[in-house]
Amino acid sequence: MRLIIDIALTHIFGRGRQTIVAMLGVAVGVGFSIAMAALMQGGQDDFVRQLVDTMPHVQVTDEQRTARRQPAEDLFDATAISGLRPRDDRRGIINPTAALSWLDGWIPGRFAATLKAQGVIRYSGQEVGAAVIGIDPQAEPRVSPIIEDFKAGSFAALAAGGNNAVIGDTMAARLGAKLGDTITAVSSEGLSRRFKIVGLFHTGTTARDEGEAYVLQKNAQILSARPNAINEINIKLNDPNAAVTVARRIETELGYKAVAWQEANESILEALVVRNVIMYTVVAAIMLVAGFGIFNIISTITHEKARDIAIMKSLGFTEADMRILFVLEGVAIATAGTLLGWAFGFAMVYTLSLVRFEISATGQEMTRLPIAWSMLHYSIAAAFALGSAAVAGYLPARRAARANPVDIIRGAT
Amino acid sequence: MNTLIEATELTRILKETVPVTLVKDISLTIGEQQFVAVTGPSGSGKSSLLYLLGLLDRPTGGTLSIRGRDTARMDEDERAATRLANIGFVFQFHFLLPEFTARENVEIPMRKLGRLSRDEMCRRAGDLLAALGLADHLDKRPDQLSGGQRQRVAVARALANDPPLILADEPTGSLDSKNSEQVFKILETLVREQGKTVVAVTHDLDMASRMDRRLHLIDGSLITEADKSMISSEGETPES
Ligand SMILES: Nc1ncnc2c1ncn2[C@@H]1O[C@H](COP(=O)(O)OP(=O)(O)O)[C@@H](O)[C@H]1O
Ligand SMILES: [Mg+2]
Repeated sequence: MRLIIDIALTHIFGRGRQTIVAMLGVAVGVGFSIAMAALMQGGQDDFVRQLVDTMPHVQVTDEQRTARRQPAEDLFDATAISGLRPRDDRRGIINPTAALSWLDGWIPGRFAATLKAQGVIRYSGQEVGAAVIGIDPQAEPRVSPIIEDFKAGSFAALAAGGNNAVIGDTMAARLGAKLGDTITAVSSEGLSRRFKIVGLFHTGTTARDEGEAYVLQKNAQILSARPNAINEINIKLNDPNAAVTVARRIETELGYKAVAWQEANESILEALVVRNVIMYTVVAAIMLVAGFGIFNIISTITHEKARDIAIMKSLGFTEADMRILFVLEGVAIATAGTLLGWAFGFAMVYTLSLVRFEISATGQEMTRLPIAWSMLHYSIAAAFALGSAAVAGYLPARRAARANPVDIIRGAT
Repeated sequence: MNTLIEATELTRILKETVPVTLVKDISLTIGEQQFVAVTGPSGSGKSSLLYLLGLLDRPTGGTLSIRGRDTARMDEDERAATRLANIGFVFQFHFLLPEFTARENVEIPMRKLGRLSRDEMCRRAGDLLAALGLADHLDKRPDQLSGGQRQRVAVARALANDPPLILADEPTGSLDSKNSEQVFKILETLVREQGKTVVAVTHDLDMASRMDRRLHLIDGSLITEADKSMISSEGETPES
């Protein structure tokens, strides 16, 4: 085997310039694949991280997966009932204290219960539709994504009691209200209550900044005429990946709909898979092109060395030896190209990681390119490069190895 | 006399649009330690016969056995292995690998066979080349050597794995008379002193007459076998 390697190396060093071109082809392919993978993966990780950070990992709401069976349907089992006037259910999670203490017993993470009610916020003639969210100021900061985004005040300002509210800065701007002003919240039940603004936040997510008002849970319950009710439990898990299992257990136990963040973003996560498929298709295409360079040089060498192949076969080398020889030459070029490409890819990714810029138009600020550093990208690029080189070397190698040495020896004399 | 090669009605027909007969119905037996000349006009099938005997080509008819083994039953890998260990080729053109030095060229068959250590290979290659008068040219590449020197390197390479059979196709064909004589002497010594069997194609009737036997070919057929009486020489040992 050492012998075959020695012969392979003399062949490729004998064609220095062409070898370098083929090698650079592989290097550029590997380098760009790594850079592309780092950017794509970085973007994806960043995106998923934002999802995981801003969303509850599991959200329990007072809904059921399937419409509740009406009592009449239970009574008259065999008949199909139409035009039934459904019984008006009291909304909300029934027996919240028991549910919460049950969760407290086993959830590997933190949670907070809220009462979310739709309503309208009024101030000096301006009106903005909003979700009025009744929270527990002690529990909420442990699950809320807003906690880092306060421009003024905080949830703690609610804890003191009284009619206070924390709203988004965009809502405040639309209402023309400032910190300390008193706004009016009107619920869909028609009840209204006045709150003093004690906190302003800016998350960058427009729906939040414009449409959420946080008040004490008790106040929200009074406003929506549902004493002691809660209708949402937000859970942050220590391990976000456990969300699906946790959600399933809650749903079986409590009977309420519990949605894991993966389920809530299923279509987005599917789109990411599609994105990855596209990315690896492009990587494969780049490597195919690099493979052509290798095919080219190995073809040239096998033609040029036809006589040497005949001699070696006459000396007692087998066809398999000859195939291995040229596949090895292709793989050797690809290996050198891969190493160079790793350095090139690393340099490119590093350079990209230094780039800084601002986007504020989208509402999400990004100050640098999201980049993922992963050995996997290097391995995958190398696997593609070596794989395509092996194929690119094998095709001419097989043809050359098959050639009858007699034809060549006769022709050369 | 031990039989090395036994051929019966050996035939090689090229299946072109018009079939070409290269070798026709050749039956012969070649024993160990024989120095055999193959003569005949150009195009008479001398090279073709050598390729068949050397397992580079497969006959289309007849049988060929080497040291009692029927070659028809060998697959390509076995034929390659037989070439490697038992047969040495010398062609009219030297056919050395151009990137390797004289010593490396001689080492290649040994490395392929892998029976010796690297040190032993290196020493044996040096010894073989020195015995052929190339002690000062071990590390020269083929393009730095003269025609006669290259041909001697090719002989050394053919001897690398100490094969019992050397097949030489006009080994002196491209050399001047002085170099020709030198290469001929080397081949003769192989038979007389080292007990090899050498089958050599030659156009030189004077040389052919100095060999043990002469196979004369015309149009692919063996015409006469001009046996010379056994020449006794000091290198020849009686058969056991
Ligand atoms: N591939 C081929 N196609 C057609 N004719 C061939 C081919 N190879 C050899 N021949 C013919 O076969 C004959 C024998 O060739 P060869 O064995 O080389 O003869 P020699 O070595 O005695 O000169 C020649 O007439 C040659 O032209
Ligand atoms: Mg010939």
